[in-house]
Amino acid sequence: MIEALSIRGLKKVYDNGFEALKGIDLTVKQGDFFALLGPNGAGKSTTIGVLCSLVVKSAGQVRIFGNDIDQDFSHAKKSLGVVPQEFNFNQFEKVADIVISQGGYYGLPRAIAVERMEKYLRKLGLWDKRHEAARNLSGGMKRRLLIARALVHEPQLLILDEPTAGVDIELRRSMWAFLQEMNQQGTTIILTTHYLEEAESLCRHVAIIDKGCIVQNTSIKSLLKCLDKEVFIFDTLNELSVAPVLENYPVTLVDKHCLEVELNKGQSLNSLFALFEQQSIDVVSMRNKINRLEELFVSLVEKNDSAEEKSR
Amino acid sequence: MSFAEQWVAFCTILRKEIVRFIRIWVQTLLPPVITMGLYFVIFGTLIGSRIGQMDGFSYMEFVVPGLIMMSVITNSYGNVVSSFFSVKFQRSIEEILVSPTPNYIILLGYVSGGVCRGLLVGIIVTLVSLLFTRLSIYSLPITIGIVLMTSVVFALAGFLNAIFARSFDDISIIPTFILTPLIYLGGVFYSMSLLPEFWQFVSKLNPLLYMVNAFRYGILGVSDINVSYAFIGVTVFIVVLTAWCLHLLAKGTRMRS
Repeated sequence: MIEALSIRGLKKVYDNGFEALKGIDLTVKQGDFFALLGPNGAGKSTTIGVLCSLVVKSAGQVRIFGNDIDQDFSHAKKSLGVVPQEFNFNQFEKVADIVISQGGYYGLPRAIAVERMEKYLRKLGLWDKRHEAARNLSGGMKRRLLIARALVHEPQLLILDEPTAGVDIELRRSMWAFLQEMNQQGTTIILTTHYLEEAESLCRHVAIIDKGCIVQNTSIKSLLKCLDKEVFIFDTLNELSVAPVLENYPVTLVDKHCLEVELNKGQSLNSLFALFEQQSIDVVSMRNKINRLEELFVSLVEKNDSAEEKSR
Repeated sequence: MSFAEQWVAFCTILRKEIVRFIRIWVQTLLPPVITMGLYFVIFGTLIGSRIGQMDGFSYMEFVVPGLIMMSVITNSYGNVVSSFFSVKFQRSIEEILVSPTPNYIILLGYVSGGVCRGLLVGIIVTLVSLLFTRLSIYSLPITIGIVLMTSVVFALAGFLNAIFARSFDDISIIPTFILTPLIYLGGVFYSMSLLPEFWQFVSKLNPLLYMVNAFRYGILGVSDINVSYAFIGVTVFIVVLTAWCLHLLAKGTRMRS
């Protein structure tokens, strides 16, 4: 399968000596929906900055659909659309003009740019706002404008840097649906996000970056298999005053109708329910306590931190 | 990018620039007209009538070419420095930097925008001057050639200033403390022959003296300097400034981290 993105030995050292990327390798296949996760300051935005040439790399090689960003920057850039984290458009310019001009920078004749502007503003629910100055849009609308602008030249690879940050749940869901549709139509998508639920719902592959190094790069499924424990929440019919003692299952009483139970990999839920039965506890509903990926993410980042401390 | 695509990118930048300065015409086109109108009234009509002739022409006829050139220079410079610094400040320059638009098209687009505003203001000021004096052109090629090339030089200089500027103060320092004194001491209001020998020598170090005099030669047919020196100097400036701007764009100075 064709590689949409290939990064080899990518390093970035800023002028102040800070090493943001320590020689990362990363491959994203064509058609993939890929998540790049990491805590603040891990190197996600620097990586994206290098891909779209806003950050000058210190070493390494980057290819987008086989085109080296140094040797064949024109083809590489035409294949790439970037949705940045910050609103980097002219706030006084009209919504339609922002999108049309972006098409112009990619060499799209004005008639085609106007057509695409209409297509994407309609898709993203901004058509009615096309004559408004960008500064009059809400935060969510501005974020959608960034997406419309990045799509006007119809790139094969779309990179979104925290596209749903600060966006309400309804809008986030509609953006997810839009991105899934784009991916099904063949656009390779890479997104960075803090919402791990987002990565788990949308992405097939994930890389976790921490302190400028890739600490994990695999499929979401394989990653979740690494998880060795899960916490479940049980709502009970009967009122409880203390947490029941269940052999091999650590239990915490959340409130008089709610329990938290930690299950290790391989432990059976049936056995747990049998123990509830023995103690006459009637369970009316159950759910996962937190996002599973979030637990894994925290453990991977913590492991990386302690490994780094040991090496010092 | 193919030639056709580069042409589209160039037109996009130029169109944005022209739309911008026309949209804010009260800030961009009107002030030079009022300022130059006042110069014509005060220096040309009121004071000029007492000065008498200069280089064989009425004082009004003498100052008009210099004042037209002064508006072209300040507007070509001002357009590019404010526009390019604004897109840098708002970070909307990233829209172009992430695109495949080559650096020379970015430079050409902004410089052409500056030249368009400079020349448009120059034409308006010329029309205003016709209310005060008759204007005949001695050499059309020299007049058009020098005004166009001077406009390019100052548009390039404005671009350079915008690249290095970190704040809005930085884009007003050079026009206020360097450009304005050089223009005023560049023979706009007087003939160099009026100065003592030492100050004539000092004046000859001012590149604006050559540009103003070459333009005056194009209109009136008189000049304090050899006009060919002006064309050579302006060409050298264009080459050096273009190379410098392209080098800074390639490095991404103050635009890429």
